[in-house]
Amino acid sequence: MNRKSAPKITEAVNFTLNLKPYETLVLDNGVKVYAINEGPQDIIQIEIVFSAGNWFENKNGIAGATNFMLKNGTTQKTALQINEAFEYYGTFCSRHCYNETATLSLHTLTKYLHHLLPVMQELISDSVFPENELELFKQNSLQKLTVNLRNAEFVAGRLIDSYVYGENHPYGIYTRPDTLEQLTVEELKLFYNQYYLNGEAVLFVSGNLPEKIFELLNNNFGKLSLKPATFHYPAKVATPSIVKKYRIENDKTSVQGAIRLAQPFPNRHHPDFKKVMLLNCLFGGFFGSRLMSNIREDKGFTYGIYSYIQNHLQQSAWLISTEAGKDVCEATISEVYKEMKALTQKHVGKDELLLVKNYMMGTILGDLNGPFQIMGRWKNIILNQLDETYFYDSVKAIKETTAEELMELSKKYLSPEQFYELVVY
Amino acid sequence: MKIYSKSLINFVVLEKIFQVINIFNVCCRITTLFMINFERFILSNGLRLLVHTDKSTPMAVVNVLYDVGAKDENPHKTGFAHLFEHLMFGGSINIPVYDEPLQQAGGENNAFTTNDFTNYFCQLPAENIETAFWLESDRMLSLAFSKKSLEVQRKVVCEEFKENYINKPYGDVWHKLRELAYSTHPYRWMTIGKELKHVEDASLEDVKGFFHKFYTPANAILVVAGNVDVVQVKLLAEKWFGPIPNGEKYERKLPVEPPQTAPRKLEVKADVPLDAIYKCWHIYPRLDDKYYTADLITDVLGGGASSRLFNALVKDKKLFSNINCYHLGSTDAGLLVIDGKLVKGVEMKIAEAAIDEEIMKLLEKGVSETELEKVKNKTESAMVFEDIGLANRASSIAIYELLGDASLVNTELDKYKAVTTASIAMVSKEIFNENNCSTLYYLSKTI
Repeated sequence: MNRKSAPKITEAVNFTLNLKPYETLVLDNGVKVYAINEGPQDIIQIEIVFSAGNWFENKNGIAGATNFMLKNGTTQKTALQINEAFEYYGTFCSRHCYNETATLSLHTLTKYLHHLLPVMQELISDSVFPENELELFKQNSLQKLTVNLRNAEFVAGRLIDSYVYGENHPYGIYTRPDTLEQLTVEELKLFYNQYYLNGEAVLFVSGNLPEKIFELLNNNFGKLSLKPATFHYPAKVATPSIVKKYRIENDKTSVQGAIRLAQPFPNRHHPDFKKVMLLNCLFGGFFGSRLMSNIREDKGFTYGIYSYIQNHLQQSAWLISTEAGKDVCEATISEVYKEMKALTQKHVGKDELLLVKNYMMGTILGDLNGPFQIMGRWKNIILNQLDETYFYDSVKAIKETTAEELMELSKKYLSPEQFYELVVY
Repeated sequence: MKIYSKSLINFVVLEKIFQVINIFNVCCRITTLFMINFERFILSNGLRLLVHTDKSTPMAVVNVLYDVGAKDENPHKTGFAHLFEHLMFGGSINIPVYDEPLQQAGGENNAFTTNDFTNYFCQLPAENIETAFWLESDRMLSLAFSKKSLEVQRKVVCEEFKENYINKPYGDVWHKLRELAYSTHPYRWMTIGKELKHVEDASLEDVKGFFHKFYTPANAILVVAGNVDVVQVKLLAEKWFGPIPNGEKYERKLPVEPPQTAPRKLEVKADVPLDAIYKCWHIYPRLDDKYYTADLITDVLGGGASSRLFNALVKDKKLFSNINCYHLGSTDAGLLVIDGKLVKGVEMKIAEAAIDEEIMKLLEKGVSETELEKVKNKTESAMVFEDIGLANRASSIAIYELLGDASLVNTELDKYKAVTTASIAMVSKEIFNENNCSTLYYLSKTI
């Protein structure tokens, strides 16, 4: 046996990947349901996506607070009773607020579903936002914020977004103590009324679905005054910062700097997007990337360094993110720029390109496993107002993009002078 | 899927890179809904092989667990098991780099170190599974012991240490708490190590010694899972791992933690914005029947928004902005922990008395049948959700095999189901004894 030579492999780049199609249902009120029925385990995930993100608030913090407080009281139940209603069945009911959307979701053993949907319905149709619950939310959010503001990674994440989009844009705005303190029950109720009670929604259900799933969903959500999602978001203009370079001292005793480099980048509809996903992977998107190989595995400047495209619907940014030793922060940044430059000057070698392609294909294959992951892919496609051609074209882009194209894209997007540069110590 | 973890804290140093995977809950499984099939073999060199087939996935997972963790370290060279884990990716005797061939085969990998063990896993398209056998067997055979790799990874681990334990508010809490709660047992230190210097001083001789002592077939468990064929896997295992020499079986002789006989208290002042309290009590070894009762007690007190501590102390009395109850899930007797951050302006003594009051309530009145049912349902549900991922199933099988019985992967829920309100009453009294308690006040210097 020769341990020095690798066993034969099937190149993953030659795989045919398929995204299992969804089924759709339309509830009586017109709200659309996307469903993936799969998996041996008796589990289900239901996610209701509302057009209720911070894009729609007229004052910072309202969308997030309203979303959080969905579980804090209805006319029938206190917060404790709501939590008990879910937790008795070992169910996880969570809510999240994003930029354009806000979600309410449920993970449960399928056998308990009929007990839980009515409670979920109650949260959407009958939340009351008690004064004392809001006060508590404010107090505890403020405390959490105070702790987070000591953390350079947290501070850097907020600041870099504000440089790229401007502090008045939903993608660039961040929570401040004073905006939290000013929130009122009336504002939350108004927001709830418009964006949940009478809001736009779309449902994603996946897992081992019971036979009567449509009936169950329609009985619980089809009679509500919800409207089908239009995915229409009023235009907002970004006001990027003029200054490009920032060095900020957040903590005198820090031993590391949180480094963020960023430049604006178009959304998934742009013709370059799919090929840039390949370029990004090679540059800083996985453990074998140029950035990781050089800055962690050769220099030992950091525990990890990554680049990524923000998952935003309307416009995006290309980011490089790492935490590096205080004395090597500037050296780290100049190595990042060196790697950018290398991509614009020399074609990516055949072996390296094939490796990245195989890696990406293998990862997608592994990722398409199980109902929740499949639905996760679909959700992203649907919320971005794309269709299955996006998935298949992305796979095609991985298979077919050439070293020449990658060099052209590098020249177009990877120039150091285009990047905002931030270190928070 | 990290939201399903029961014991939620970073006692595990997650390597080699920081993707979040669900490894915190190294406990429990499911009986009724979804059996996890497996077959078990032992190779002549002592390597244990377990094969779990799942034909619904196109992928395969190869998981290698080594029976060595931070608890096996020399007290003057801590953090070594974890540093060593990094070095396992620095090239083996016949293969200069580990990652590239795996990525070329469409695979990815990760590893993590705990106080009890070190686990490596890779996932790749099932037809390329032999690549994983080739890579994993070569680094079990011997590492390349590259000087450069040691130099770089020492720095990488130091940055990891800084990022997670120095440069974050409250980052050093667990260093202090472990030293307070354990007087003797090597759970006294964290997997990342006691201090940066221990990592900085690691030498190539240390690395070689560690490898030969712990990284032997008899000290390892190989689990292969996914779209595989048992016969094929057996042949591949014999081919690649079979020729590796036995090595000497490591016999673990750890110092035993003596029972705690008096309360322990420590007060720390640090540059943090809020006062925090940490209280912990010694509980039971992983396979003790009382372990399951203790696990459910943590859910009664601190599991989720309907739990007792959250509702009494955050919602009603408004003394804490957050409060948690969990346990470490370690193999040897672990700790049950209550921790919380105080609302600004609340006095520590008042906050602590309120925790004590909730504990007294539990001791005096116990739990209701409904409350017990709730935490059992939660456990069942958490187990099912954790088993969704193939890699999770593979590492669970390995961990149960390490504990002594892989079939626990399918039977452990019964142990939870057997817990009664009476056993909760009995075990609570045993745990919540003030002589069994260590308390850390972590105070804000700025007040």
